[in-house]
Amino acid sequence: MNTEYAIRIRNLVKKFGDFTAVDNITFDVRKGEIFGFLGANGAGKTTAMRILCGLSRPTSGSGTVAGFDICREQEKIKRNIGYMSQKFSLYPDLTVRENIRLFGGIYGLKDREIKEKTERMLDMLEMKDAGGRFAAELPLGWKQKLSFSIALVHSPRIIFLDEPTGGVDPETRRRFWELIYDTAGNGTTVFVTTHYMDEAEYCDRVSIMVDGRIDAMDSPAGLKERFAARSMDEVFRIVAGKAVREE
Amino acid sequence: MKTIEISGISKNYGQVPALRDISLEVNQGEIFGLIGPDGAGKTTLFRIMTTLMLADTGSGTICGMDIVRDYSRIRKIIGYMPGRFSLYQDLSVRENLEYFATLFGSTVGKNYDSIKEIYSQIEPFEKRRAGKLSGGMKQKLALCCALVHKPSVLFLDEPTTGVDAVSRSEFWKMLDRIRKSGVTVFVSTPYMDEASLCDRLAMIREGRIIGTGTPEQIISAYPYRLLSVAGGNMYPLLKILRNTEGVISCFSFGNALHLAYDPEKTGLPAILAKIRENGSEDCRIREITPGIEDCFMQLAGK
Repeated sequence: MNTEYAIRIRNLVKKFGDFTAVDNITFDVRKGEIFGFLGANGAGKTTAMRILCGLSRPTSGSGTVAGFDICREQEKIKRNIGYMSQKFSLYPDLTVRENIRLFGGIYGLKDREIKEKTERMLDMLEMKDAGGRFAAELPLGWKQKLSFSIALVHSPRIIFLDEPTGGVDPETRRRFWELIYDTAGNGTTVFVTTHYMDEAEYCDRVSIMVDGRIDAMDSPAGLKERFAARSMDEVFRIVAGKAVREE
Repeated sequence: MKTIEISGISKNYGQVPALRDISLEVNQGEIFGLIGPDGAGKTTLFRIMTTLMLADTGSGTICGMDIVRDYSRIRKIIGYMPGRFSLYQDLSVRENLEYFATLFGSTVGKNYDSIKEIYSQIEPFEKRRAGKLSGGMKQKLALCCALVHKPSVLFLDEPTTGVDAVSRSEFWKMLDRIRKSGVTVFVSTPYMDEASLCDRLAMIREGRIIGTGTPEQIISAYPYRLLSVAGGNMYPLLKILRNTEGVISCFSFGNALHLAYDPEKTGLPAILAKIRENGSEDCRIREITPGIEDCFMQLAGK
């Protein structure tokens, strides 16, 4: 396994019939990096992300995620990454403890490990008293933190976050990014999508997809300099504004 | 007469309070924004105002008509675009539009002028089924369907949620044109940056209105001094500054930190000293005017 890169992608293409959803993208993500994956609706982000997570096969191109081949080792990829979706994907009718146990079990952790992890997690999240509550009853900010921690339950080397902060209040959104920083500080690679352009500024590097291609990729500071823009919001408007195709 | 007047509205779902004593007024021809996170009660308030749900307590009027007694008259003069896509997926673009016009005893032809500008953008796809449209086009069609009977008041529940930054600014340009035609617009959003595009707004959190007024009024009521701190190693600095005497709050805002302090407890020199002490001498620090998001966070923390 390559020690420097968490993700290496070369000439990735995905077609649906005549439609090229992902059009020859190439990029690397370093270990421990916070990588922002941006693009307008319909630019091909979700399609690309599904391939990186081992849920879909590319039409052509190659690459590795966590050191495993995206075409041949999809099951190994799934076992070695964490994934958190916009919808938080907790089971509403299970309690907090049961949710942790379920996902721990799915990822093949032993009962004793699950028990230990559960206690540590509840401690860290300051949710000791909430262990027996149904996930459905939790405030949104708690659900978000819990689902993030559950996505990390099997200590993956990479975590994929798909619009993790949509609709949450401004303070919770920022506290969540502090959690992302702490996680990246421990060496976990973070691959994140967002519609909030201020959050793009928090990433080490950012790519912007337009019509299936990656049209810009650099640090936020580098992108702002290149496009003579004051903010990532401006950069995004300049780059994504050139899109031709609709969703 | 105010176009919308809501007074003392509360609503509980079982034991869970969704709205607590909500009062607000909306003037004719303005864009009024209801800004707050998911779960704040925005959709519940929309349902009560559009006569689809009864409040537990409180009262309200739309164009002088009572939201309980005059529900059928209110329904004729309002347009409502719910948060979830609400069109018939199996009907074509044109069929959806005709259906909604007919429901209100009108025709597409009669009111074509009021939707022309938006509809012309999706007219080339008139025969396509609504379910096969892209997100941006669905949004435009839903807006046309809410406008086709020439409503006096337009209710839009989170029209821009999950929409990218470019499409969001296009949508607000459309709203501005709708307002210019004399329609009152009541719109909700979780995006704080859209606040400045409203004439007036109310900020809602956990079922309560925490602030209301024009964007300028809300900003001028901010009680603390605010600094922008940029450069250096920001995340460790954030943790240190947050625990500094007299600092009310410190959070990331894009490429800078926003630090609110109480001028009676500390001052710029003390904060600068703290930054230098931690080896972040190359920081750019300046006093700034708060934005709506700073105000929301301050009011939410009270």
